[in-house]
Amino acid sequence: MNTAGNQRAEEAFVRFDKVQKSYDGEILVVKDLNLDIPKGEFLTMLGPSGSGKTTSLMMLAGFEPATHGDIYLGGESINNVPPNKRGIGMVFQNYALFPHMTVAENLAFPLKVRKMGAAEIETKVQRALDMVELGAMGGRRPAQLSGGQQQRVAVARALVFDPSLILMDEPLGALDKQLREQMQYEIKHIHENLGVTVVYVTHDQSEALTMSDRIAVFNDGVIQQLSTPDDLYERPQNSFVAQFIGENNRLHGKVSGVSGDECKVELDGGGEVVAKTVNNIASVGERTTLSLRPERVEIEPEKGQTDNTVTGEIKELIYLGDHIRTRMEVAGNDEFIVKVPNSAGNKPLAEGAQVKVGWKAEDCRALDPMAV
Amino acid sequence: MSDAAIGMNQSANNGTSGEPLIAADGIPLKQKLAKTTRRMKVQAFLLTVPLVLFLIVAFVLPIGQMLYRSVHNDTGSKVMPNFAVSIQEWDGQGLPSEEIFEVFVKDMASAKKNREVGKTIGNLATRVNYEIPGARSLFTKSARKAGKVTEGPYKEALFAIDNRWDNPHIWLTLQRVTKDFTAAFYLAATDRKYDEKGNMVRADELYQIYIPILWKTIWLSALITALCFIIAYPVAYLLSTLPLRTSNLLMILVLLPFWTSLLVRTSAWIAMLQTEGIINNVFVYLGFIGNENRIQMIYNMTGTVIAMVHILLPFMILPLYSVMKTIPPTYMRAARSMGASGTYSFVKVYFPQTVPGIAAGTLLVFILAIGYYITPALVGGNDGLLISNLIADHIKKTLNWSLGAALGTILLVVVLIFYWLYNKLVGVDNLKFG
Repeated sequence: MNTAGNQRAEEAFVRFDKVQKSYDGEILVVKDLNLDIPKGEFLTMLGPSGSGKTTSLMMLAGFEPATHGDIYLGGESINNVPPNKRGIGMVFQNYALFPHMTVAENLAFPLKVRKMGAAEIETKVQRALDMVELGAMGGRRPAQLSGGQQQRVAVARALVFDPSLILMDEPLGALDKQLREQMQYEIKHIHENLGVTVVYVTHDQSEALTMSDRIAVFNDGVIQQLSTPDDLYERPQNSFVAQFIGENNRLHGKVSGVSGDECKVELDGGGEVVAKTVNNIASVGERTTLSLRPERVEIEPEKGQTDNTVTGEIKELIYLGDHIRTRMEVAGNDEFIVKVPNSAGNKPLAEGAQVKVGWKAEDCRALDPMAV
Repeated sequence: MSDAAIGMNQSANNGTSGEPLIAADGIPLKQKLAKTTRRMKVQAFLLTVPLVLFLIVAFVLPIGQMLYRSVHNDTGSKVMPNFAVSIQEWDGQGLPSEEIFEVFVKDMASAKKNREVGKTIGNLATRVNYEIPGARSLFTKSARKAGKVTEGPYKEALFAIDNRWDNPHIWLTLQRVTKDFTAAFYLAATDRKYDEKGNMVRADELYQIYIPILWKTIWLSALITALCFIIAYPVAYLLSTLPLRTSNLLMILVLLPFWTSLLVRTSAWIAMLQTEGIINNVFVYLGFIGNENRIQMIYNMTGTVIAMVHILLPFMILPLYSVMKTIPPTYMRAARSMGASGTYSFVKVYFPQTVPGIAAGTLLVFILAIGYYITPALVGGNDGLLISNLIADHIKKTLNWSLGAALGTILLVVVLIFYWLYNKLVGVDNLKFG
């Protein structure tokens, strides 16, 4: 066997190589997509609608041809392989369970296509149903199942023919919040148990953070950042990612001085703060947008605890049990959120009060400027 | 489905608890519920009253009238009221008695003087003529002379007027004809008749008209339905998959003929299909056929089929389209992703889901076709005529309304049989008209 080829296949089970896609010949929906997905990984394509994530998934599934570039699966280009020859399991947004077949017939479909024997089909179908804890539901029609059950059947159907790659296109979008969270864990566990590669598309960032090994944040047809969930949250590389993943306070300003990987920023709303520079944004005089997580801001910090201290006015307090969500006006931004932990000994806050807020320079990232 | 399940659960619960549920004020819950919903039910009913009245006047009454007329014909008892009673006493052996002859001659004489519409001797002569062709002249001739017979023996007097009266067949027929209710028209409509001894027999080969035409109507309707289906299915599929703007434009093209007068469309087919018409001219010009071998495509069965397929096509396309529109493309994609080829996915996944549309479309087209009248009348010539054209003939030309009604009833029964068969095969719940 060709060890080099195998190795490459192992390194990148799925590979997008300079892939572009346009539907109308005028707009590129996907611009120069390069992405390597190793075997066994749970990769999420995350982005707002129209960012090109679903299109990328459809190209991988074979339902949309790439306008330019190559897609490799296990080291082989699959550009000219029809979807039914790719051997990829897929879970669709609305499950696409065949309404005229029972659950068991739905699951048997991919096996019948593969001309398996009746006994083998029955065993596999039952095993798949047991896996999603629907062992007794085989005789029902999809319409007789609840949304969550349908979702499980859809997952079981994508897995029943043992594909090594599963694609999921917003599979939890139609479920209510509680069920959605439960299903997130179930899918995550199935992935861990079976070791299949999963490419998952969603616009829900918390879903992506919960489930993924790595997340590719899409916007405007380009991967903005490809990283692990914690890295994306802690170290966003640009304003879009900072804004899209988690909650984020933005402060606009102009770089007034640079020293090492820190810079001084003159805020539009008055005041000067120190921030961590990212991606060579900061040359003196350049505009920048500072990104700051609400839980990294301290109210009334002790002197010397924080690198920056600014005064703000409390606009609104929302009691959320474990923390108090505090909306403030800070440096001209009246949507500045601080999460104050509900711990013993915290001074009570009052709406309209002037308080000092502070944060460390390393928690505040100077990113590319966003429109104010 | 789920409602039914809930209902079942509730009745099961009630069954186990044994006692009926009581509302807060002590009235049984069911009674209470009926009371609160009664007002709404009455309102809903009042809203439907105009339609109900219209249906009764325009649909139920005419159909009832038709059913009644197909078995009821009182010409005999109206024209000869006394004879109609006395002939029933005859046992059918040999000839009737002298008394009956006397009543007959006297009735005939008085009927001759009667000028009231529906009660003239001519009416009876026509009625008897349906059963014994040629009997009409016997009646009119005898009626003229019956007034001069003033004393018995009446039997001999009548034979002297015309010796055709000396035949039990005519008296058996008169005995039947003077009864108000008769199966004679259904016999005629199914190509049967009473023979000289009063038994039901099939009509001679030459006189068998209605059953062959009925069969032809059924299989032509089936053929038209099949052709409509073959043409409509791809069109509906295309319409349902194209982008909205394009599909709307094409939909207008489908509906345009629908909005055009039936007569105009049928006339257009005449212009297209006649031997000196456009299609034949093009064929001759292209050299497919010689000038002397022009194809006869209209005023025959071919013309009926072509024109009716065209006219009924929208009735097939619309239900198919409305069903296909609701089938998301993800089903086919899902099937493909699971390894099925395009054809396999279509046959196993897409096609079964269009069955409700197919069922609705074929049922609609078939039932419309089986009773179609104008198009075959205009372009059908002789061999393209359908049963409805014969019914129209009896209503408008021969004025044998009872036979027309019997044929109409048979057609109605055939339609109902097909509906029942359909229900057995497809299930009416599965129909989806749009």
